[in-house]
Amino acid sequence: MSAAVTCRNLEKQYTKGKEVVPVLTGINLEIEEGDFVALMGPSGSGKTTLLNLIGGLDHPTGGEIEVGGVDLNDMNGRELAKWRSEHVGFIFQFYNLLPVLNAQRNVELPLLLTKLSRKQRAKNAGTALEIVGLADRAKHKPSELSGGQQQRVAIARALVADPSLLVCDEPTGDLDRETADEILGLLQTLNQEYGKTIIMVTHDPLAAERARHVLHMDKGKLVTDAGVEV
Amino acid sequence: MFAQIREITLMNLQNLSSRLGSSSVIVVGIGGVVAVLVGLLSMATGFSAALNSTGKADRALIMREGSTSEMNGAMSAGQRATIRAMEEVATASGETYVVAAIEKIGTDVPANVVVRGVEPPSFDIRPEVKIIEGRRFEPGRAEIIVGVKAASQFKGLGVGETLKVRDQSWQVVGHFVAGGSVTESEIWADLANVQSAFRRGGTSNTMRVQLVSPEAALKLNKRLREDPRFDLMVRTEREHYAEQSRDRATLINDFGVAVGIIMAIGAVFAALNTMYSAVSSRTVEIATLRALGFSSLPVVVSVMIEAMALALLGGLLGGGLVWLAFDGYTASTLNNASFSQVAFDFAVTGDLLQMGLTWALALGLIGGLFPALRAARLPITTALRGE
Repeated sequence: MSAAVTCRNLEKQYTKGKEVVPVLTGINLEIEEGDFVALMGPSGSGKTTLLNLIGGLDHPTGGEIEVGGVDLNDMNGRELAKWRSEHVGFIFQFYNLLPVLNAQRNVELPLLLTKLSRKQRAKNAGTALEIVGLADRAKHKPSELSGGQQQRVAIARALVADPSLLVCDEPTGDLDRETADEILGLLQTLNQEYGKTIIMVTHDPLAAERARHVLHMDKGKLVTDAGVEV
Repeated sequence: MFAQIREITLMNLQNLSSRLGSSSVIVVGIGGVVAVLVGLLSMATGFSAALNSTGKADRALIMREGSTSEMNGAMSAGQRATIRAMEEVATASGETYVVAAIEKIGTDVPANVVVRGVEPPSFDIRPEVKIIEGRRFEPGRAEIIVGVKAASQFKGLGVGETLKVRDQSWQVVGHFVAGGSVTESEIWADLANVQSAFRRGGTSNTMRVQLVSPEAALKLNKRLREDPRFDLMVRTEREHYAEQSRDRATLINDFGVAVGIIMAIGAVFAALNTMYSAVSSRTVEIATLRALGFSSLPVVVSVMIEAMALALLGGLLGGGLVWLAFDGYTASTLNNASFSQVAFDFAVTGDLLQMGLTWALALGLIGGLFPALRAARLPITTALRGE
């Protein structure tokens, strides 16, 4: 199996005034296609920053990053936006659905960036909603759905353009245990049956257990379970 | 790209209902600017229109050389007879132009009204002068007829009422219209009576002539200037009233634009503030769209369309209210050239409304641009955290 994500000596730092704050230092990582990886670690350890770099939402300040064989380092904002729309699905902790659009229109959003016809867009969005088990809620707005249902809609939106990579930032962080389990089951299905590569940031050990691999981070570095730098 | 812009714009506009309060700041602010601007400029337009509509190219005034006002000049009956016989003149009437102080309705303050002494041919020269109530004055009798705008602005000018001017009582026997022109702000009486009451002897200030053609104006002017018996010049009505309206219309116009600009600055800040808060409240939504792959341009364009849509709504509201409230509203002002009141109708024209809407859109554009750029430039990772 080829690598879905490769990071070599990846670094990210922010500048606050004259102070340089390192967030990621020397990350070396390889995630294979079809893997389901959980990223764990204390707050401020750099999990979300790493996820953002893998998702092409941010540029590294050093090192190299390749996703799906594509070097993201030299891409400008416009190129990254196009790449994201074709290759990455995003799932956020607070779902990030657009409140004025119903479930169907929310799911259709990524398809507006394609050349698909209106009819085809609607059909694909309907299929995505079926996969997440919400076909009967297509016309409901987010405010008319439960938290779990909203996250399902968000997952359908992440799936609808058929990306190879799903990046999930605390996808169950806002849900109760039972609903979280349902969402995690859905993610496992997407990984096992649809072959999606999934990288999930989580604080929840039970959520991490659903992944095939668990990576730990601390102070901007990847560490072993015992906290030793790898 | 178009589909992106359309979807984000529709979404923004659908969102408006949840931001009625803040959105109305733009609508009301820009509506106010447009209302004041269009209102003031409609005054200038109406004033110019009243004076301009008075003028015709084939009608002329014969006035003292160098004079800008009909109040100056003294033409004897002999001079008038000579001019009447000239080949460029079809009809002519001696006219004396004086002012009388009469109290305005609603105040106790007297203001100057033009009293024009005319000869019977004046009615032929100005066919637009039509009696709408009562009758014409009879020559030799102390009777007056009153223009409808003067009658609506001043006390004691109703048909049947008696006006006391210069120790003489004048009976109002009729009201007339004059095609909406400045003549409707005047009082007309028999020339001989006016000459007598205002102690003008047999002289008139000016002559009003119907020329045989518009081209005759130049010929008549040349003839009078070359004739050593006269110290007179010929100005067509159009030239005369255009000259009279220019200064005041320009003043009102400049004042309108100045007030408009001052208000516009305030409205731009209100629009900026509203759009910044609108963008701020949707930071996460905009960042989500950008994360999904939407580019910055549709975000910028859609925020600007929203600001301009609100501004347009404000412009329509402001322009519409001014149109409803002021179009055709009659006011009066002092005509500097004659020291008399000229009544005129505010004219909220299509051009003015179009200009008001252009201002509104420009304000919306400025008010939306900077918040739009901010929304597009904020790093996605920062914006996703709602910061």
